[in-house]
Amino acid sequence: MAKLIVNRLLLGILTLFAVSVLIFVCTQILPGDVASAVLGQGATPEALIVFRRELGLDIPAHIRYWNWLVGALHGDLGVALTNKRVIIDDLLPRLRNTLFLAGYAALIAIPLSVGLGVVAAINEGKWSDRLANVLTLIAISLPEFFIAYLLIIFFSVNVQWFPSLAMVSNGMGFGERVYQATLPALTLTLLVAAHMLRMTRSSVLSVMSTPYIEMAFLKGAPRRRVIVRHALPNAAAPIITVIALNMAYLVVGVVVIEAVFVYPGLGQYMVDAVSKRDVPVIQACGLTFATVFVMLNTLADILVILVNPRLRHQR
Amino acid sequence: MDEQFILNIKGLRLESVAGNVIVDNVDLQLRKGEVLGLIGESGAGKSTIGLSSMVYARAGLHIAGGEVILGGVNIRALDTEGRRQMRGKRIAYIAQSAAAAFNPAHSLMDQVCEAPVLHKLMTRSEAEVWACELFTALDLPDPQNFGKRYPHQVSGGQLQRAMAAMAMSCRPDVLVLDEPTTALDVTTQIEVLILLKSLIRQYHTAALYITHDLAVVAQVADRIKVLRHGKEVEEGLTPQILHHANQDYTARLVAVRGAAASERAVAATVQSETVLSIKDCHAYYGDFHVVRGVSLDVKRGETVAVVGESGSGKSTLARIITGLLMPRSGEIVFQNKALPPALNARSKELKRTIQLVYQIPDVAINPRQSLLDIVGRPVEFYFGASRAEVLARAKELMTLVELPEDFLQRRPGQLSGGQKQRVCIARALAAKPDLIILDEPTSALDPLVAEEILTLLRKLQRELGLSYVLITHDLDVVHRIAHRTAVMLQGQFVAFDETNKIFEHPEHPYTQKLITAVPEMRVDWLDEVMAKRQAAAA
Amino acid sequence: MKLFGHKLTASAAFGLTVVGIFILVSLFTPWLAPYSESANVGGTWDESSAKMLFGADQIGRDMLTRMMYGSRMTIGVALAITTLSFFIGILTGLVSAVMGGWVDVFFTRLVDVMLSIPSLIFALIILGVFGSSIPVLILTIAVLDSTRVFRLARALGMNLTVMEYVEAARLRGEGLWWVITREILPNAWAPLVSEFGLRFCFNFLFIAGLSFLGLGIQPPYADLGGMVRENAAAINFGMMAPIYPATAIALLTVSVNLVVDWMLSIDARPSGAQAEL
Repeated sequence: MAKLIVNRLLLGILTLFAVSVLIFVCTQILPGDVASAVLGQGATPEALIVFRRELGLDIPAHIRYWNWLVGALHGDLGVALTNKRVIIDDLLPRLRNTLFLAGYAALIAIPLSVGLGVVAAINEGKWSDRLANVLTLIAISLPEFFIAYLLIIFFSVNVQWFPSLAMVSNGMGFGERVYQATLPALTLTLLVAAHMLRMTRSSVLSVMSTPYIEMAFLKGAPRRRVIVRHALPNAAAPIITVIALNMAYLVVGVVVIEAVFVYPGLGQYMVDAVSKRDVPVIQACGLTFATVFVMLNTLADILVILVNPRLRHQR
Repeated sequence: MDEQFILNIKGLRLESVAGNVIVDNVDLQLRKGEVLGLIGESGAGKSTIGLSSMVYARAGLHIAGGEVILGGVNIRALDTEGRRQMRGKRIAYIAQSAAAAFNPAHSLMDQVCEAPVLHKLMTRSEAEVWACELFTALDLPDPQNFGKRYPHQVSGGQLQRAMAAMAMSCRPDVLVLDEPTTALDVTTQIEVLILLKSLIRQYHTAALYITHDLAVVAQVADRIKVLRHGKEVEEGLTPQILHHANQDYTARLVAVRGAAASERAVAATVQSETVLSIKDCHAYYGDFHVVRGVSLDVKRGETVAVVGESGSGKSTLARIITGLLMPRSGEIVFQNKALPPALNARSKELKRTIQLVYQIPDVAINPRQSLLDIVGRPVEFYFGASRAEVLARAKELMTLVELPEDFLQRRPGQLSGGQKQRVCIARALAAKPDLIILDEPTSALDPLVAEEILTLLRKLQRELGLSYVLITHDLDVVHRIAHRTAVMLQGQFVAFDETNKIFEHPEHPYTQKLITAVPEMRVDWLDEVMAKRQAAAA
Repeated sequence: MKLFGHKLTASAAFGLTVVGIFILVSLFTPWLAPYSESANVGGTWDESSAKMLFGADQIGRDMLTRMMYGSRMTIGVALAITTLSFFIGILTGLVSAVMGGWVDVFFTRLVDVMLSIPSLIFALIILGVFGSSIPVLILTIAVLDSTRVFRLARALGMNLTVMEYVEAARLRGEGLWWVITREILPNAWAPLVSEFGLRFCFNFLFIAGLSFLGLGIQPPYADLGGMVRENAAAINFGMMAPIYPATAIALLTVSVNLVVDWMLSIDARPSGAQAEL
């Protein structure tokens, strides 16, 4: 089993390399001439030359990639094109803010949706399950900004409990941070919880259809014992996978939510960079998001290995 | 009057959610210590009745009527809690597939001890002692430590015995055994049968033994009940059912199995020309030496059977002949020309002359194609026939396999298992082959239907001069159709001769073991085998 | 009430009706819309009146007209994306499944790496470099989405390739094209059709989300996500302007999901949790 875990870690690292190559290729190689792509058709030849030298585009591609990668591993992500600021200085605090928001949402969403998903599976076919099915179906169909605006209308405009703009800053105390981030976190939670609930429910249902569950009932075990002792240990692996998949949804949802609430996170940073065509910042943000994502998936796969009874007790 | 029955089912009726009647007004009585065999083909409702005796119905079915009286109490009238308390404790279930019935996340001891502890009959330590006793009685290796293992760490036969231990853990009054040996090899089956029989006798448990194999149930049951389409056909003492059945259907079921010894009417279709010849063939799956030096020849109009248990390499041999697996060495000559071992290296014409019929007809034909497509495609593909020619030929083929012509418009989903297998045979015939490889062609079919398919195959061989290579694990099939038989063990032939000679004078010990392991349609066969083994051990 | 021989539930009927209305409106917008696409007929964020059913948008255009044109644009783009994505995904997925070997390994590894980057992030990267023209949007999102279709098609293909009837076709000597189109594809349709519905919803929301961020469909084209963005400020004054286009988006995706859910439930077998005890 240890061998499997080590293999999976190595695969994770390899994937990170491949991802960095992919990002580099997309931003530096694909556009052909990055200079004219960014500066536009009307750029003078002199401006293009200056631009290329600034970005180091006259150096061969693989050396550029290597420089970039080594720099990134040392924390040097370069300098932004638009405002000449050192990227890492802007990126790190925003990354912290985004992780805080995502963590806040995950903390509420995961226990809530997994718990409700299990309950829904147990009560399959009854009205409570059918209601949950319809509600979650609606929730996963709504765009993130729609949910955000609804919550803003209700909580900010009508009852005025929470601010509609999440003003979070560096020196803020923890409690204040939590307060400001509550509405965005709530929005994220609703988004992700619905997905997780549906997937948890179907994972548990497929375990409930197995012959060994039938056998447990035929031995006279009561329903609660069958679910807790027999079904859940086997549903753990798919549920972990479900949670990991949804952390991915979280990453995507964070970007839009930060835009709605003007929350100073990594998502907003990246969106700004995209609209200004600031290639170094786009690269840096893309790499950061992808790294977090790959790390989460690797962690999930390792947990699945640890939980598999066939692997814990070898032949 | 009813008190003498430990289990008394009256007027049992089960319906599907769609309203179809699955079990129609069945009665069943079981006395203490008695074994009742429930016999029937697939769809007869025997498993469903077995589960209903525990007042359990699978999803999609529900118990619509009847009484289930266990030890004088109508358990169907009890509430959920009452029924739960009696399951496992007073009536226990042994499933067909042990591998599926055990939870992969818990050890065997945990699962065997669960029921008695749950029903408050024993403490955990008492249950463990009792479990070890049962493991010993069931002849499991290292009984004191066997329970520590997990389901994926033990073999199929051992797991089946562990399930028997789990069922006996509460010392129930009634055991429901649902096809307990069907998934096992013939030689493993007999071991498990012997152990089950001695277990039932030792603890004086009543049992419902559900199976489709009449010869097996004849060894264990005191009485037999025959079922068909959810209704009872006949019931009686075992010797009476076997030798003096009242109903025609019962007689046919008995005849199918019992005919083994008498039916040697394999027609004289063999000609002198050799169609296929294999010399010293070796094949590997990676490092595993799966076929070790096999030599075989088949004459025109002849059926050569290759018999073996799972893992013997017989299916691999079939894949080598069809070109799906490349042998590492050995010569294969087909119709006096060397046969290229790789499928891609063979010409279309060559591919045409060797055809394959599969074991499970449901996956062997495309459910989204009409029979005309299925049977007509080889005609179009190999002979470049026009639409009209294809249609005409397809009709001929349907007649050859004894199916009505208007079936050509149908899809496989509308056919029965036996009809689908006929379509597979028609598809093979469409190519006008010289050799047909039949890979367990009747294993997935009910015995009466299998008999019809074998009759059809013999007829076709007579009329068309076909040669067959038949892969099977079932010795009865071999009797009925094979001129010569090869017995395969661990990649090698231990015998290859005329079928009569092999069965009347088996030389190799494995052949002897195989032949004696097949249950015969006699009540005392198993007891004889047990006595012989005890004498040999002494 | 029955449709194609299967019983319709209330929610499915609702979904189908709404989807039908959207399709009709999108197809016949130029004839159905009360005003032309950029006509200025009122003041900023006018209240709804007989003249303008949902009021005016941020520069005085009729909200209803803009929403109709917006639906047409967004639905059209999402449909184009999904169709292209399915074409790419099914082709590569089935070929990988049937051919196996290095073709399979190549595509699977490529898809694995692509899936290691969240799609929104990846899309943002590409858009940041190439700009947000409509062809770029369609191509980028289609290629990104095709990875998921690839996975599904490959999984279906792998399940079906091991069926004996596929082997029988191979033994006959049938070519790759025949095996994929005549043996495998007819058996893979059902899950692919419901997946099309789901992917359409996802791509529709994706495009709307990108437009909302200002990175999707650019003005002057009307687009539902962009409309939410343009009218967003009205929320601070307690006005409902951005809610109308947002509701339109939500309504369509909910309806498609209801229909797909119904299609999936037709085939579903009762699970073990419903056994009678």
